[in-house]
Amino acid sequence: MSRLVVASIGPASSVQDGGRLGAQRYGLTVSGAMDRLSLAAANTLVGNDPFAAAVEIGPFGAAFTARDGAVRVAISGAPRNADVAGSPLAMDTSVTLKDGETLTLGFARGGAFTYLAIEGAIKGELVFGSLAVNARAGLGSPYPRPLQAGDELSVDAASGASELRIDLPKPVSGPIRVVLGPQDDEFDDANKALFLNSDWKISATSDRMGYRLEGPAIKHLHGHNIVSDGTVNGSIQVPGNGAPIALMMDRGTSGGYPKIATVITADVGRLAQTSAGTAFRFKAVSMAEAQDEARKFAQAIRALPDRLRSADTVALNIEALSDANVAGHAVNAVDAGTWQVTAEP
Amino acid sequence: MAATLPPPRLLPSGDSAVTVEFSRTIDDDANQRVLALDKALAASPIDGITETVPTYRSLLVHYDPGKIGFDALGEKILPIATRPLPPATKARRWRIPVAYGGEHGIDLKDVAKTLNTTPDDIVARHVGGDYKVAMIGFTPGWSYLSGLDKSLHMSRRQNPRLLTPAGTISIGGIQAGIQCLAAPSGWHLLGRTPVRTYQLHRNPTFLTEPGDRVTFFAIDHKTFDELDRAAEAGELVAEQVVA
Repeated sequence: MSRLVVASIGPASSVQDGGRLGAQRYGLTVSGAMDRLSLAAANTLVGNDPFAAAVEIGPFGAAFTARDGAVRVAISGAPRNADVAGSPLAMDTSVTLKDGETLTLGFARGGAFTYLAIEGAIKGELVFGSLAVNARAGLGSPYPRPLQAGDELSVDAASGASELRIDLPKPVSGPIRVVLGPQDDEFDDANKALFLNSDWKISATSDRMGYRLEGPAIKHLHGHNIVSDGTVNGSIQVPGNGAPIALMMDRGTSGGYPKIATVITADVGRLAQTSAGTAFRFKAVSMAEAQDEARKFAQAIRALPDRLRSADTVALNIEALSDANVAGHAVNAVDAGTWQVTAEP
Repeated sequence: MAATLPPPRLLPSGDSAVTVEFSRTIDDDANQRVLALDKALAASPIDGITETVPTYRSLLVHYDPGKIGFDALGEKILPIATRPLPPATKARRWRIPVAYGGEHGIDLKDVAKTLNTTPDDIVARHVGGDYKVAMIGFTPGWSYLSGLDKSLHMSRRQNPRLLTPAGTISIGGIQAGIQCLAAPSGWHLLGRTPVRTYQLHRNPTFLTEPGDRVTFFAIDHKTFDELDRAAEAGELVAEQVVA
């Protein structure tokens, strides 16, 4: 066994995985990664199951040091500068940290959460099938709380496998898609239109429980008290002050405010990665479209291994060049979508 | 063959869950239908359903849209949800010890004052209730109880407290509650129980299930301390009444 020591880490960073299923009926929320696609990409790079436990790193910087042997890791998610012993590391690639080497990550340059997956996954005690930290319920392993400097993760010694990068599907852009309901009939047409046609910003006071949305006040037809009913990841509830809250992974399992709409599964991670203060909109889609997108999203995650490439050519990776700031603005003139660095085995 | 019951509303909760709503208000008949549907789906699972979450007046059904679509699932749920209720089976009953008043129930005196009576009378009315676990939600093990004596119905506090102790026994609106973990609450705190409705590494992890019956009995604060230590060590300290 090797150890990965947390040399430094900011708030809102914790061990997360695919989440804790089956106990919402007892008030135990799902938790798990805010951006499941990025978690899956990082895990796929080091040969783990897509929803294995990894470190979810919040918007601030972090550093991890390998001890008692080499440790193979990968990063995906919100882009940030990264280096290992002074050599830049591109996003969406794996790297093996030699004993004593440190991986240093800067602040997120957009989005919020970056995932650090570790070959063989993080070891810990499963509760309802999950290591995910749910600080309020005192759950999570190896630490039932956000990570702190000095914490140690027991991990497998690096396999020595050659390093990989992953060509992720082109990110979806445009509005965050929602299905109206379950309580859209608690709002009149004018207020539903106000919700769908206004610019929204995520408040800085948001967290893993919920994203508070700043924009116009949404008014209820019959007041804001409904009888508590069940919530899902992406439920958008409207409390008495009219400022919607999108419920995220650490949400309460039930809530007593009308829910005007629900973010589609394929876009929950996109919402999670929307930076505080960035304007965005919602768009209502049909149930058929939402379910089609959910199936495509699940398929995209299953197909991630097909997108692995050798990392030998990583020096030509645009993001690596950009991160290292050696290519300057010249890189920006290249369309990332057509810049093919072929390294298929 | 008995006539079928009126159909519930099927409300989309995104692309992977449906809220099966039997009523818009707190209503014991609706809650019985929620729990009956929950039981029926557990007994004969529909392929694609991943998890069900009973609440007062609706059942939230989580499902995998890769296995079943919204319309197909609705068609399978409706006939089950409109079946006449099966004859009531004997529910499990828990007797829950409560240390009322003092530091453990800081609102007891104020509740008595508001209702123009004595703290002892409030305790007697609370202990006299025959409750049912209508749902568990918000935080792990928080059991929402129906069956609160009508004379104890009162609106919630104007200013919710940001933190109330683990084990709090409280009332709010027409509901009573057993709270497990320390949490924010706008309810009136009558007492505390040493019983943990949720405790990791204990079998069972969760004490209460929706549909369970609950009664309370008063204990003094010294007994609370003794039972609290026993509960911390993993004992249930709630008495299960065998029907």
